Amino acid sequence: MHAEAVVRKPLVTGGKTVHDVTEDICIRVEQAPAKSWYAAMAVSLALLGYGAYAVFILVWDGIGSWGLNKTVGWAWDITNFVWWVGIGHAGTLISAILLLFRQRWRMSINRAAEAMTIFAVICALQFPLLHMGRPWIGAVWALPLPNTYGSLWVNFNSPLLWDVFAISTYFSVSLVFWYIGLVPDFATIRDRATGLSQKIYGALALGWDGAAKTWSRYETVALVLAGLATPLVLSVHTIVSFDFATSVIPGWHTTIFPPYFVAGAIFSGFAMVLTLMIVTRHVYKLQDYITIEHISLMNIIIMVTGSIVGVAYITELFIAWYSGVEGEQYAFYNRALGPYWWAYASMMTCNVISPQLFWFKKIRTSIAATFVISIIVNIGMWFERFVIIVTSLHRDFLPSSWAMFYPTWVDVGTYIFTFGLFFTCFFAFAKFFPVINMAEVKSIIKATGEKKK
Amino acid sequence: MSDGNKNFVLGVFDDEDVLLKAIAQVRQGGVKIHEVFSPFPVHGIDDVLGYRRSRLSIAAFIFGLLGTTLALTMQIGMMTVDWPMIVGGKDFLPFPSFIPVTFELTVLLAAFGMVGTFFVVSDLKPWAKPRIFDIRITDDKHVMAVDLDKNKLTEADIKKALSDAGAQEVNNKQFD
Repeated sequence: MHAEAVVRKPLVTGGKTVHDVTEDICIRVEQAPAKSWYAAMAVSLALLGYGAYAVFILVWDGIGSWGLNKTVGWAWDITNFVWWVGIGHAGTLISAILLLFRQRWRMSINRAAEAMTIFAVICALQFPLLHMGRPWIGAVWALPLPNTYGSLWVNFNSPLLWDVFAISTYFSVSLVFWYIGLVPDFATIRDRATGLSQKIYGALALGWDGAAKTWSRYETVALVLAGLATPLVLSVHTIVSFDFATSVIPGWHTTIFPPYFVAGAIFSGFAMVLTLMIVTRHVYKLQDYITIEHISLMNIIIMVTGSIVGVAYITELFIAWYSGVEGEQYAFYNRALGPYWWAYASMMTCNVISPQLFWFKKIRTSIAATFVISIIVNIGMWFERFVIIVTSLHRDFLPSSWAMFYPTWVDVGTYIFTFGLFFTCFFAFAKFFPVINMAEVKSIIKATGEKKK
Repeated sequence: MSDGNKNFVLGVFDDEDVLLKAIAQVRQGGVKIHEVFSPFPVHGIDDVLGYRRSRLSIAAFIFGLLGTTLALTMQIGMMTVDWPMIVGGKDFLPFPSFIPVTFELTVLLAAFGMVGTFFVVSDLKPWAKPRIFDIRITDDKHVMAVDLDKNKLTEADIKKALSDAGAQEVNNKQFD
């Protein structure tokens, strides 16, 4: 068995036994939800409803209902796309990369983080689909299907097409990874349930019986999937950054983008995991499973990735100056001191300064401070994408065509639509799915529980 | 009755370390174990049960290779053979551009191929009717199942071997 140093803090507190894990997690699926759950669900459905109306107007009237103009042809749509994809990265990082590194603290947060990944990628997918104007045609044209124009194939030289493959692969592989982890837990729920829910969870559990042979195969599958998902998650945001980096626009044409985008993605993803987990932990009374130690470790990752992002911002500025290219220099001068200085300043404050507070142990282990900073980080990361996209476009090569971008209510509504979608999915998940990976947590109860220490 | 798979003796265990020792001890005593069921993966259980390492990673590799081949064939076929792009008077094979899609399809096929193979070999399917030896297996108990018809030892001997090895309970289980 795995033995762990005594100096390590226990990962599950409260003297929980293996049976307690089953009870504590299954009860949330079995009991009727609390009033606060209904309230939260109602709010997210309201957001979804309002957003759906905005999306309807968008599709009916066309992309002209967004605030885009001839100069700024990309704004909130791709900002939100990159933001949501970035948020999704934490789930895979926690479940795949931390699995390869044998970090056992991942076990009580990976389920919810992976769920968040899947919902965030669904939200991200809305933007490339909707921005095509007629999504039902665009979705087909983005695929390499034979057609009556020749066949005129999709362009495999285009990073936008690489995105189609990267995002869809990422979504489906994450979904499979998540589902594989859920199967043993569905079996636990099945064996406690009766009637219809026994049938439903029984079908979802795929006839899982817990045989050692199956567990052995399951562990191989999990390990290989983690090995596949790790380069996959790094490739996804790399390819997203190629959307910009392979262009010739000053401010976009930067070789630093791939690693910088990946670090930023993990940064914002962990922040979103913390925002959601702090609330879930409180409402579901999971303090013994998601301990202060977990929160503190996640905060350290936020601090590290936030610092990487900070170094990237400063490197960009330095290279723009050092390159001696006037267009590049102006793009960065305009970014920091032009009409969008406030967005740049927000980005710098939220992303570079706020995570540095986590050097203090008091702040790192404070729930309230973590919650606030996690939201600040995600505001900052939204501004980062906005700054990169809009400030690089709005003053283009011809001063006569310089313009500003002003969002319309449809821009805002489309963004709200994805929020509604995300939270509706997440609350449904919190009710109908085991929010903590029971089987994995059970496997560490003995080795890292309090009794051993 | 002689074909087995119907009459079982079950040893119920609470603790994974006791279970691991018990498996070794019971096997040494000449008892053939049908299967051990656990609520979570127990490390080292394959070794004491004498299971070989799963070859699913090989399946993943083969499916991945298939993905690579498929992706390259598709892209070269579309952009160089079927609709060649003439650059500088030559048809052009922009190989670096093909790397991202090739990588993604390799991962996609490797993951789906391996998981599909896992479902098939472990007989996991939504309409499966699992044989549940003990309802507590998915909760907190490890269960060692011994097939009576496939063992030469008597029922009493098997039961004794199980309780000597540290089983908390020794039960009978019959399937029809």
